[in-house]
Amino acid sequence: MALTIQKYDAVVVGAGGAGMRCALQLARAGLHVAVLSKVFPTRSHTVAAQGGIGASLGNMEEDNWHYHFYDTVKGGDWLGDQDAIEFMCREAPKVVYELEHMGMPFDRNPDGTIYQRPFGGHSAKYGEKPVPRACAAADRTGHAMLHTLYQQNVRSNTQFFVEWMALDLIRDAEGDVVGITALEMETGEVSIFHAKCVLFATGGAGRIFAASTNAYINTGDGLGMAARAGVPLEDMEFWQFHPTGVHNAGVLLTEGCRGEGAILRNKDGERFMERYAPHLKDLAPRDFVSRCMDQEIKEGRGCGPNRDYIELDLTHLGAETIMKRLPSVHEIGINFANVDVIREPIPVVPTIHYQMGGIPTNIHGQVVVPKNGNPSTVVNGFYAIGECSCVSVHGANRLGTNSLLDLLVFGRAAGDHLIATALSSKAHKPLPADAGDYSLARIAKLDSASGGEYPQDVANDLRRTMQTHAGVFRTQKSMDEGLVKVLAIAERAEHLSLKDKSKVFNTARVEALEVANLMEAAKATMTSAAARHESRGAHTVDDYGDTPEHPLGRNDRDWLRHTLWFSEGNRLEYKPVQMKPLTVDSIPPVKRTF
Amino acid sequence: MLTDAQLSKLRWRCRRGLLENDIILGRVLERRGAHFNDDEHAQLLTLIDLADHDLWNIIAGRSDDYPAHCDAMVRTLREARVTP
Ligand SMILES: Cc1cc2nc3c(=O)[nH]c(=O)nc-3n(C[C@H](O)[C@H](O)[C@H](O)COP(=O)(O)OP(=O)(O)OC[C@H]3O[C@@H](n4cnc5c(N)ncnc54)[C@H](O)[C@@H]3O)c2cc1C
Repeated sequence: MALTIQKYDAVVVGAGGAGMRCALQLARAGLHVAVLSKVFPTRSHTVAAQGGIGASLGNMEEDNWHYHFYDTVKGGDWLGDQDAIEFMCREAPKVVYELEHMGMPFDRNPDGTIYQRPFGGHSAKYGEKPVPRACAAADRTGHAMLHTLYQQNVRSNTQFFVEWMALDLIRDAEGDVVGITALEMETGEVSIFHAKCVLFATGGAGRIFAASTNAYINTGDGLGMAARAGVPLEDMEFWQFHPTGVHNAGVLLTEGCRGEGAILRNKDGERFMERYAPHLKDLAPRDFVSRCMDQEIKEGRGCGPNRDYIELDLTHLGAETIMKRLPSVHEIGINFANVDVIREPIPVVPTIHYQMGGIPTNIHGQVVVPKNGNPSTVVNGFYAIGECSCVSVHGANRLGTNSLLDLLVFGRAAGDHLIATALSSKAHKPLPADAGDYSLARIAKLDSASGGEYPQDVANDLRRTMQTHAGVFRTQKSMDEGLVKVLAIAERAEHLSLKDKSKVFNTARVEALEVANLMEAAKATMTSAAARHESRGAHTVDDYGDTPEHPLGRNDRDWLRHTLWFSEGNRLEYKPVQMKPLTVDSIPPVKRTF
Repeated sequence: MLTDAQLSKLRWRCRRGLLENDIILGRVLERRGAHFNDDEHAQLLTLIDLADHDLWNIIAGRSDDYPAHCDAMVRTLREARVTP
């Protein structure tokens, strides 16, 4: 069947912070840019980000990029690539000031400079004391950023395709990416976007877990598309749990709470983080705090009738501070926990929050894969930025506020790289003759199937399984069992049926296509996790205890390396971590204490 | 009652950037969506056209900045806040 073909210099899939920052750079350079999004751009998940953007502006206390670099390397438990981390931390002030000049309404100090708040894991003098580094717009930072970028894009003539779902990458015989297929939801028609380059900015896959702070839209579509096209996924075993998801709802209470002074307490009212992290206390990095909370609960010091949550206490902050700096926390308390945080503590549990792994890239956003002995061979025409990518700046655990920073730095860097390669004067590579066939076959299979299970039933089973077997504390036995279960669920997902087979705005079909992507992300996570025989950052396995040789279970001799998961054959390869920064000395691994 | 196509589109448009909205809109759709009359449908369409935080402010009761004809649907959304 002949499909409609649209031609662009660049096609950006995703209109969150990363996609829009990149599109802006390209459109301002006069390139012909299309941005596809499943939802209206300003409804992308970036809108949810509350806490801030990390940059060592030093507006409150002395700070510099070296401290930020150190915190990020250490926070990531040494799995982050130090060249990429240096690049990000050095660029940070620049991208924040750029955003300020675009009109981003940052909170201000009385002297007019950008106000910065403290955040978990942000320190001065290499871990000595907390430093305020998060630049925020009240607790609406993501919202303000997304709206600022959207307005700038509209002004720069970026063309948006809203409620279009990208389905599959198109690669030619040489393996170069030459376009994508996409489904227009309104009509149910599939089209081809023929491009000189495709940039994925599709966000994370947080909905592979049952308890998640992520909106329902985060189904890891970019990961699914990449995996089906033979591109590996990197470090997918590393998922961050946020310490303060509302018990039983998942809704996130920003780390800004603890930045402003909120305290975690166990059933005895004890500020237990003082025991685990004498310096940073409640402001230690997320993975660390999450595990401490889990430990308190496991040892019977959880709160409530079932002793299954921890309490976050803001009462001492006072009504004025809470209503001024943390208004949404007050609201969330009332609406999802029936608690007025001005008067009483709120029940919280560690909740899945952020995907550290993703599509492997270099610091220009170019997707890189192992080929002929080179672990980082560029895939021509293919870029990935934002949460769907793994550059890798977050290593085994992301520092709060480093994601919004990652979107801005690498969104811009990918744009700059394309501009520098004179994309506008390049010709389009021809499309393969069968360019749309694979996507059409996937849809035809769904439409013709009968008697299979419904997508949401299978997805719910997957989420429960992931929650049980790839949660905050992992054991080898549980992960091995989880892998068997996930592979069995993936098999069931091959035989889905749709209740509704109509063409126009068929949400059931879209959800079934999303389930295929969730499956790839979940298989990658479970397979990579079960194979990593150590504890590192967010991947904490009970079997590997704290010994002098393996501090906190981390085994640098065997496992200081990145995982690469390939969908075909569900197989793994590994590649070295880049320990050498761009210009400064490497920070060698030491035991991570706070 | 809505047609399947109307309900399908509504379900998609209720996918939001904020989990808070996802949860409340999802609850309302699950409980009532298939039985919405045209007026309720129109009210919800108006509300979900708002930006995520504006919508959430209304649901959370912090703002009453919505067209008067959406009163009934706002009440329905606010009632769905209480965890079932
Ligand atoms: C509650 C919450 C609070 C957070 N707070 C902070 C914070 O304070 N600071 C910080 O640094 N980080 C924070 N984070 C993390 C950060 O918000 C995210 O990592 C980041 O916003 C992801 O941005 P993105 O541009 O990569 O993707 P997203 O914003 O998720 O955007 C993805 C885009 O891709 C589109 N898309 C996806 N699949 C397809 C497809 N198949 N076809 C077409 N389009 C598609 C979507 O429509 C969307 O436009 C927070 C996360 C959460 C959940």
